[in-house]
Amino acid sequence: MTEWLENQLPKMVLAPSFIAVLVFVYGFIGWTAWVSLTRSKLLPKYELKGFVQYDKLFASPRWDTAFGNLFTFGILFIVIAMVLGLVLAIMLDQKIRVEGAIRTIYLYPMALSMIVTGTAWKWILNPGLGIEATVRGWGFENFSFDWVVNPDFAIYTIVIAAVWQSSGFVMALFLAGLRSVDEEIIKAAQVDGIPTWRIYSSIIIPSMAPIFLSAFIVLAHLAIKSFDLVIALTGGGPGYSTDLPATYMYAMAFSRGDIGQAASSAMVMMAVVFTIVVPYLYSELRAKNHG
Amino acid sequence: MKRTAFAAVSSIALIASSAAFAEPQAEVLHWWTSGGEAKSVAVLQKEFADNGGTWTDMPVAGGGGDAAMSALRARVLSGNAPTAVQLKGPAIQEWYEEGVLANISAVAEAEGWADVLPASIAGHMKCEGEWCAAPVNVHRVDWIWANADVLEANGIAMPTTWDEFNAAAAKLQAAGVIPLAHGGQAWQDATVFEAVALGILGAEGFHKAFVELDEATLTSDAMVAVFDQMRTMRGYVDANFSGRDWNLATAMVMNGEAAFQIMGDWAKGEFMAAGKVPGEDFLCASTPGEGFLYNVDSFAMFDVDGDDKKAGQDLLAKLIVGPSFQEVFNLNKGSIPARTDVALDKFDTCAHLSADDMKASSENGSLLPSYAHGMALRGAQSGAITDVVTAHFNSDMSSADAVAQLAQAVASSY
Repeated sequence: MTEWLENQLPKMVLAPSFIAVLVFVYGFIGWTAWVSLTRSKLLPKYELKGFVQYDKLFASPRWDTAFGNLFTFGILFIVIAMVLGLVLAIMLDQKIRVEGAIRTIYLYPMALSMIVTGTAWKWILNPGLGIEATVRGWGFENFSFDWVVNPDFAIYTIVIAAVWQSSGFVMALFLAGLRSVDEEIIKAAQVDGIPTWRIYSSIIIPSMAPIFLSAFIVLAHLAIKSFDLVIALTGGGPGYSTDLPATYMYAMAFSRGDIGQAASSAMVMMAVVFTIVVPYLYSELRAKNHG
Repeated sequence: MKRTAFAAVSSIALIASSAAFAEPQAEVLHWWTSGGEAKSVAVLQKEFADNGGTWTDMPVAGGGGDAAMSALRARVLSGNAPTAVQLKGPAIQEWYEEGVLANISAVAEAEGWADVLPASIAGHMKCEGEWCAAPVNVHRVDWIWANADVLEANGIAMPTTWDEFNAAAAKLQAAGVIPLAHGGQAWQDATVFEAVALGILGAEGFHKAFVELDEATLTSDAMVAVFDQMRTMRGYVDANFSGRDWNLATAMVMNGEAAFQIMGDWAKGEFMAAGKVPGEDFLCASTPGEGFLYNVDSFAMFDVDGDDKKAGQDLLAKLIVGPSFQEVFNLNKGSIPARTDVALDKFDTCAHLSADDMKASSENGSLLPSYAHGMALRGAQSGAITDVVTAHFNSDMSSADAVAQLAQAVASSY
């Protein structure tokens, strides 16, 4: 009896959360997929109508903008945050004196919610209140920095705010990675008289590949589910120039009573997540099996 | 055995007592949670209690009603709808089609609603000929507000045509005043757009374009002219308008930074709250052109079980359209009563103008639902139009492109 219990206990303990995940994650993914194939408006309907919602979605200029923005924002955000995070980490790694304090300062934006970040940057970037007004106040009358109200550049202001928030976190990840590289190898390289930049580019950074992958996955999912930052910083405007798929989905589901359309956009978002995550999972699982 | 007998007796007693007293009960879902609005609901709540009813308040704030709609959806799906829900325009019909609205024709006929409500507003309250909702107020959307001192200092009268408006705006701009206070949010862009459209297309054209969604009208040269005027007006707002809330734009008119604002009569509440006097400190007029765009708040009545709830529903409907509530509520809210037989002695001059215009436009057929505020079209269609309007206003899209996109967006929104 006890032996049986011992064997079964882990399964019994895990079962509730397993069932919860099965129903609330995979079950509702299936439900959303079903609804995306219907003409549901205000309330969900279950009569299948084919791919009308997807046709509408890909014909909509607003979705074009939102989907394009996802890539503009996602790529810039991930690349800049990683580069900046790496540079900061390498600089902090030079055994400087107040490392602890500086590390905390850079990491702190991560403690703020995206809503606070968005609101603060909204004021900083507002041409009448923030940077532009300040620099003009110093006497540079022609200085102009109106990205946040310019539909062609507003998406970059989202990148700025998101990078500001996340690069400290990336720095912390990389710093941990840098510290985990075997000291002996570095010392051996130093003895051989190899210049520092070469040590970093040929030894330390290549040995940090798993950290890069983790950072990429974390940043990519932050980018795809970005919602609150856009709502707080630009509200999707000017016009709908800073819409992201998540805000598009919200507008359709909750403001317009167009559940079918919202479901189809959610499915496309999920497809994007899968194209990023599945190769990662695959490589992880394969490595485990072989190891 | 004893137990079941007791249960049976007590349940009979319960049924008997509920039939005998049927104390009116109402659970009311609404999103009037801020200052003047909350005060207005409290008035209804008090009247309901004075008539022996029990009011269960269910305020859901946030997102201009989006959050309340999510709550409603959950309640309806779980088969437990509230008694009355703050709904308006075609959304009432949309819920009716889901088969969840109640019929309150008995109350409406006993109270003679058909005689006191303007016909086009009454139309929104009926589902296939039966009354299913009760109107609370009428907000006029096509208002233009102005700072009296700024206009006087620049020798400008309230514009009566869009050309006059443009001339006045150019003059103000030269004098260093922002001609048009505006907030770059999609619904505000849409508000200005529909005021312009009413002026340029006329009442009939507006109805064709934004109620019937007639393709010929949507792609007409007049529609191109509407977008041209929007482009002109883009030049009259300050560089900093993106994302500004409407009440901050109203404040710009109040303190003389800007001259005009095009906004519904909730803007009047802001002026009043700041102690400004209509006709002296600020001016109100309908936007250039004939017609009246209304935004009518109403309560839709949902199908409920139980005599007490049905009694509550009937009482609520009766009180909402009753003259005393219509007066007190609208004094608090800044709108005008939906029924036309309420004495307006306590109302200000702007409200009088609004009431007179509503009567006149109801007679000549130019009393029209506001598209920007969800009175004319369903969410998907009005949203599709707003997308084009706001994209055009906030970019350098040509008017011809905007018209083409408009037709395409409307066609694919069904």
